[in-house]
Amino acid sequence: MGLPPYAATWERIWYYGFRFFCALVFLFLIAPILIIIPLSFNADPYFTFTKGMLAFKPSAYSFRWYLDIFQNGMVNPGLPKFSWAWLADSWQNAQWIHATKNSWFIAICATILSASLGTLAALGLSQSQMPARNFFMSLLISPMIVPLVITAAGMFFFFSNVGLSGTYLGIILAHTVLGTPFVVITVTATLIGFDRSLIRAGQMLGAPAHTVFLKIIMPLILPGVISGALFAFITSFDEVVAVIFLANYDQRTIPRQMWAGIREQISPTILAVATILIVISIMLLTMVELLRRRSERLRGLSPA
Amino acid sequence: MVDTAHSAAGVIADDGVPLKVKLARATRRQKIRALLLVTPLALFIVLSFVWPITVMLLRSFDSPEFGRVMHRTSAFLENWDGTGVPPEGPAWKALVEDLVQAREDQTIGKAATVVNFEMPAARSLFTKSARHAKNITAPPYKDQLIAVDDGWNSPELWGLMKRLAPAFTMRFYVNAIDRTYDKNGDIVQQPENRRIYLPLFWRTFVMSGTVMLCCLFLGYPVAYLLSVLPLRTSNLLMIMVLLPFWTSLLVRTTAWIAMLQREGVINSLLVWAHIISEKERMQLIFNSTGTTIAMTHILLPFMILPLYSVMKTVPPSYMRAARSLGANQFTAFTRVYMPQTIPGVGAGSLLVFILAIGYYITPALVGGETGILISNMIAYHMQKSLNWSLAAALGTILLAGVMLLYWLYNRIVGVDNMKLG
Repeated sequence: MGLPPYAATWERIWYYGFRFFCALVFLFLIAPILIIIPLSFNADPYFTFTKGMLAFKPSAYSFRWYLDIFQNGMVNPGLPKFSWAWLADSWQNAQWIHATKNSWFIAICATILSASLGTLAALGLSQSQMPARNFFMSLLISPMIVPLVITAAGMFFFFSNVGLSGTYLGIILAHTVLGTPFVVITVTATLIGFDRSLIRAGQMLGAPAHTVFLKIIMPLILPGVISGALFAFITSFDEVVAVIFLANYDQRTIPRQMWAGIREQISPTILAVATILIVISIMLLTMVELLRRRSERLRGLSPA
Repeated sequence: MVDTAHSAAGVIADDGVPLKVKLARATRRQKIRALLLVTPLALFIVLSFVWPITVMLLRSFDSPEFGRVMHRTSAFLENWDGTGVPPEGPAWKALVEDLVQAREDQTIGKAATVVNFEMPAARSLFTKSARHAKNITAPPYKDQLIAVDDGWNSPELWGLMKRLAPAFTMRFYVNAIDRTYDKNGDIVQQPENRRIYLPLFWRTFVMSGTVMLCCLFLGYPVAYLLSVLPLRTSNLLMIMVLLPFWTSLLVRTTAWIAMLQREGVINSLLVWAHIISEKERMQLIFNSTGTTIAMTHILLPFMILPLYSVMKTVPPSYMRAARSLGANQFTAFTRVYMPQTIPGVGAGSLLVFILAIGYYITPALVGGETGILISNMIAYHMQKSLNWSLAAALGTILLAGVMLLYWLYNRIVGVDNMKLG
């Protein structure tokens, strides 16, 4: 949408004004996330830019908060840094490391469960013969819509009654529930452009059902499944309300630890963790984008 | 009509079965297969999502504590006419026996808490009386109990206990809409200083609306720009929309604390630029302003993405046609382009509104006193005051609102058309 050479003055003003406004919105979207990164290298225990930081003095920057991620909660922080004993102590006792292990374990389990259940359901939902389609779709999407506090409160009572409260299984199940809508949405979206005659071609050529599934359906919907799984992963990795209601200290995840940190003793360690999480989300986003393009290419929706 | 029906039924497949029957059979098989694929997830969702929530919400009708602990008194109260204070007799005997037993079973606290929710100071009345009740072994029970604490000689307390005794109750809904019972058991408005929930529902509604409008105001131009730019540029800019979407909610909330606090980036920039002086640093966080800004930031991608996907489908030739037919830029935009983007506006706005109305984390962290929403109150009653039935009643009202919006979303947009990234 270039500006034509005959544009009147007010059109020029409007054109540049509009772009300026959009630039401000992009700044609004991205600035808070970028601001975190330099702040996390603050040498002082503040949440703000110090004078030294603004003057780019090297002494005003440090890695101490990143080190703190490994050290906070250690039994014996006096050990020589990065020695085997120090690493072992950190691995076993540091709070953030503990939370990180929990987060990965819970997120991976929840992702596997929700990706498999969600993909099956999406395959069913996208068949033309599916009865009560809209009802089932609304039901399966509803965990995304219902306020998290209500979901978490309901699960709190239910899981307490069946002995799942304060267990890993309980949180994994809760996160599976919250992650499935994303898998269902992304996989059904992939299946919309799916050419059903490919399945019939396979059947006509004599392939049994499982071969058709593995050799024809699966490769085509795989990008959708993986990006749905990544959505489910980030949902679990980022989820805090259900963890607040369902988890004990043993099952503390990274967001739960951050929540406690922001509410109780706000320290720049949180900013260091946030920076690492931003890097992770950039990686996930890149993966999803690459998958989306690959999927579009495979289905012939856009030129290679 | 008859002819075609006859001929269709008349076609026989080579195994001798009418084609119509075979077709129906095949369709049924496909239906069953589709259902079987959906069943595992549907069952899982019903068992670990729908069922727990339903049971939790049913707690709002449910008040077993008082009736269980004070069962003798409750049995009497059921048949009592509810006027004044009961005379000396079985009522007071039952009360004394209940108090003695509740102290032995250490359940007096539960009963006292329930009464205390409605009548502050009732807790001490119950615990104190329970301590002394074992010394009251012979009539007159009434006078001795009133001698321990004259709080028992209050018709209000007896009226309240009569309402608390049955296991099924509507009183939590009455409380949830800032009403209470007066001496005669009629529903009246709470005194001004105790009305919290209706204003909070209203604030939640207004703030969600504000966030929705802010998102629309900021998101519409951006989505438009993204849809008209060449694909290469728009894909690059799209990353700036998607990155916040993929970044942890807590990270973004933390970021806004760093941006908006008194010594934060925004205030410091304004001071540096001499727009405000050092003393005029603004309180932007821990109030409703902070919550609105942070929530707008967090929900903006949910507005931009549906808008973008709709705007992508609007053919640019329509605008050119309007221009060449003599409409100026403004008219062409408002009369030709905007109406075609209404589905996107509806989808984005409803989604943002639905998500905003149940928000918990961000208001809890940056909301302070004036920025908290109804979800925070539900969490408070769940975790701190432990008034679970009231939490359930508030939750039911909130959920009803959200479900209404969800139904609307389904009618207008359709759940199938929900898009992510």
